[in-house]
Amino acid sequence: MWNSFRTDAQVSIETEIIRYPGGGGDQIHAYIARPRGAGRHPGVVLVHHMPGWDEFYQEFAERLARHGYLVICPDLYCRFGHGTSDDVTAKVRSQGGVHDDSVVADCGAALAWLKAQPDCSGKVAIMGTCSGGRHALLAASRVPGFAAVVDLWGGGVVASPDQLSPARPVAPIDYTKDLQVPLLGLFGNDDRSPSPDQVDLHEAELRKYGKDYEFHRYDGAGHGFFYYHTPNYRPAQTMDAWGKIFAFFQKHLSD
Amino acid sequence: MCTMISNTVRMRGAAKGRPGWFGITQATVAFDHPVNGGLEHAVLLDFSNYALEPGARVAVELDLASARALVDKLTAALDAAEAGGFAPDAETWR
Repeated sequence: MWNSFRTDAQVSIETEIIRYPGGGGDQIHAYIARPRGAGRHPGVVLVHHMPGWDEFYQEFAERLARHGYLVICPDLYCRFGHGTSDDVTAKVRSQGGVHDDSVVADCGAALAWLKAQPDCSGKVAIMGTCSGGRHALLAASRVPGFAAVVDLWGGGVVASPDQLSPARPVAPIDYTKDLQVPLLGLFGNDDRSPSPDQVDLHEAELRKYGKDYEFHRYDGAGHGFFYYHTPNYRPAQTMDAWGKIFAFFQKHLSD
Repeated sequence: MCTMISNTVRMRGAAKGRPGWFGITQATVAFDHPVNGGLEHAVLLDFSNYALEPGARVAVELDLASARALVDKLTAALDAAEAGGFAPDAETWR
């Protein structure tokens, strides 16, 4: 739980930006946040959102590391060039977005990177917000080896045919039967992407295939309610949701 | 992109941004999450030349009403220019 460390505990983390072999062996950047000290830690592949590989995601990774998780957050837009995250994101957007296959490959490679680390326990979750939630679900459905997945308000999990595109050819809901790991979904009831109706459809599909999942839906919250740098931020719902995430990880990533 | 609403059109013109004045090659019009401002979604305009660098762009984020007002005024200016004979069809950006 947040803010539950002992005042005499030696809580400390290390962070760095590395290059690792992503999908196709391409050397891409990743932000690494790891707990300091001896021991092996569960891993998290953190999938950044549509606005890019940004400072919010660095701080997101650091929070997870402070709670004992070894985190890799790949720069999924790395192949598009470098600049400020909003500039790179605009370039990606102008080209129709990053291809789902590219993201899935980079996430699979990030899983392999984590499992090769001597301080990783071998149990690895994948999680993301916004488009990162959608991508996390997609990767967990298509890549074997993850132990759990967290989808935070991923838009486009349910998509009509006209919403599919060359970069997003399949709606993740269509992979539901292939999902073999527990799913935690957190949503705001005022969100329009995903709307409550779309979350209902996703939940019905998970039930249909007997999947292990838990969904939590928050009143008074919309899209991106964790984003403390925006007016969407809802502190009470956010802190409750963080509690749900840590409990979920405790349940599924512990030895 | 979360909304998947994004369209790019090639064009010729110039914009002033981080590199100073530069020739633009395209514009992207999207409706998605803005970087700034208090909206969940906004109209995102980018005039860019990514052959130079990702930072070679001029970005504008607008609420829906402002974007519609801009479209009206843009159309009005084009109509007036053409009606006044100031914009012969053959004149393109050099």
